Amino acid sequence: MDFSFVIGQSITQALGVTAIIYCLAAMGLNLQFGYTGLLNFGQVAFAAIGAYSIGVIVISFGASLWAAIPIGLLASVALALVLGIPTLRLRADYLAIVTIATSEIIRLMVRSIALRETFGGANGINGKMGQAFHDLNPFHADIELPFLTWTRQDLWVVTVGWSLIAIFTLATWLLVRSPWGRVVKGIREDENAVVSLGKNAYVYKMQALVLGGLLGTVGGIVWAVAKQSVQPDNFVPDVTFFSYTILLLGGAARVFGPIVGAIIFWFLLVFVGEFLNQMIAAGWITFLLPTDVGPIRFILVGLGLMGLMIFRPQGIFGDKRELALDAR
Amino acid sequence: MPANGQRALEAQSALATVPRVPGASKPDPILVASSIVRRFGGLSAVDVDHVEVQRGSITALIGPNGAGKTTFFNLLTGFDAPDEGAWSFNGRSMGRLSPYRVARLGMVRTFQLTKALNRLRVIDNMLLGAKGQRGERLWASLFPFLWRGQEVKNTERADVLLKRFSLDAKRGDFAGSLSGGQRKLLEMARALMSEPELIMLDEPMAGVNPALTQSLLQHIKMIREEGSTVLFVEHDMDMVHDISDWVIVMAQGKIIAEGPPGDVMKNSEVIDAYLGSRHEKALTESGESLTTGEIK
Repeated sequence: MDFSFVIGQSITQALGVTAIIYCLAAMGLNLQFGYTGLLNFGQVAFAAIGAYSIGVIVISFGASLWAAIPIGLLASVALALVLGIPTLRLRADYLAIVTIATSEIIRLMVRSIALRETFGGANGINGKMGQAFHDLNPFHADIELPFLTWTRQDLWVVTVGWSLIAIFTLATWLLVRSPWGRVVKGIREDENAVVSLGKNAYVYKMQALVLGGLLGTVGGIVWAVAKQSVQPDNFVPDVTFFSYTILLLGGAARVFGPIVGAIIFWFLLVFVGEFLNQMIAAGWITFLLPTDVGPIRFILVGLGLMGLMIFRPQGIFGDKRELALDAR
Repeated sequence: MPANGQRALEAQSALATVPRVPGASKPDPILVASSIVRRFGGLSAVDVDHVEVQRGSITALIGPNGAGKTTFFNLLTGFDAPDEGAWSFNGRSMGRLSPYRVARLGMVRTFQLTKALNRLRVIDNMLLGAKGQRGERLWASLFPFLWRGQEVKNTERADVLLKRFSLDAKRGDFAGSLSGGQRKLLEMARALMSEPELIMLDEPMAGVNPALTQSLLQHIKMIREEGSTVLFVEHDMDMVHDISDWVIVMAQGKIIAEGPPGDVMKNSEVIDAYLGSRHEKALTESGESLTTGEIK
């Protein structure tokens, strides 16, 4: 059994493209749910909008990636407005219901046979949609450190991805410690109290929804550029729920929560999966087939997360005193 | 203890000649409301013909449970919309205005169930009350140099208020860790941060221990002395007697009496409304008996 391979894979994945995508989605949820108290259960819709904007505009329409990115971001703002205008005046649950439904509508729409010409149906869109980005790659060789192996392409994506996360984290930090952040946190605690002090809560909630959605969309754009392929079944509601898991794991309403959460989540998931695979390959486990590993790693990681919620419900960065207040 | 101070005397002398009838007009009203009706299904929770609130006074809005006091508050502050009626604040018509606009115009309310923002620190609760903050705009918030100066000034003002309300020791604590009475104080102090012209307190004394009640009453008098108008809801007659310049009594959604506290307490309709008359005689023209009229 190759234990260093297990560790190496885990570290590579924990810092890799997928972790970056989920980290961005969770950062969006942190702004929406962690700070403003908005229950967006359709974050995957924002990611899908980003990824499909790239795929459709670059591959189906043959336009430039650099045109596709701003269009994707604009589409994301439009989606947030469409979701927010009817629901943000209502109670929090309405947003949750509408967003989860919308995320499925979008997935089923891009998957539909009727629109196969544009969105590619169940096969999605495949092609060199991120080429313009990869042409800028300053790295000349793959990276092969003892515990870290990336291709030249992945290394470039990962470098840009973590840089974006650093910039967005700084922006989040500036936002939430400003008077603007104070207002949205007030809305999370009690919207009417904030309104009674003369703040237009509706506008603040809309701003948080748009900003959080944009972060999810950037995640989707990274997805399309890195994987050069977008498929409808990548954008299932699980993506949203994993993003929430990451957020709660790191600690909601903590600036570094999503980063730490994403790294730990993907490390654990890959570690458990690879570890089981190695054990099966080595013949140490005989009651499992390699095909069982996929589901079982989720069961084991889920158990671990339940333990975390029981013994450290505030997440890794959270403040237990703050959580206790919520129960009052 | 008589309500003392210069403003108290002014308010009382201004109100001295006002007739003691429901809907009486005041010499200098800050708030005027006419024909306000709010129905819930077949029930008229609020049905107020006319009411005026004198500027610079402490006016109490009293009435038994279910009289429609809080509903009336919600209507005036934009948190609920009436089926009919118009009202003006400082001469400006206020119908259909969103609650945040009402607050910006200087009419700020508190809530019966205290809304302390639990997971915000006491000082942040206070700062949230300040008006016209540049840093509350999304883009400006990213550039602290744009709002830092204003924030420092607001913090100084918040600290003065916290000291006055004896909350300065709790400055850095989460508001959720305060006692019920302290939350009431915090909510009142937070409302004062916005420098309201009219502050509307919904049952400020509910659930507060007697010792703290005295200090709350002093704070309310202080608000008047600083030139603001206070309108507050209460159902405990004794509290009202102590601090108010004028009392408006509601029962079953209507205003049934008005006058200085001493007069109102003697009014037989008011006593009936509170205690129920022995014969369950009809209080309103429609002949509804009081014992069936619980609205909440």
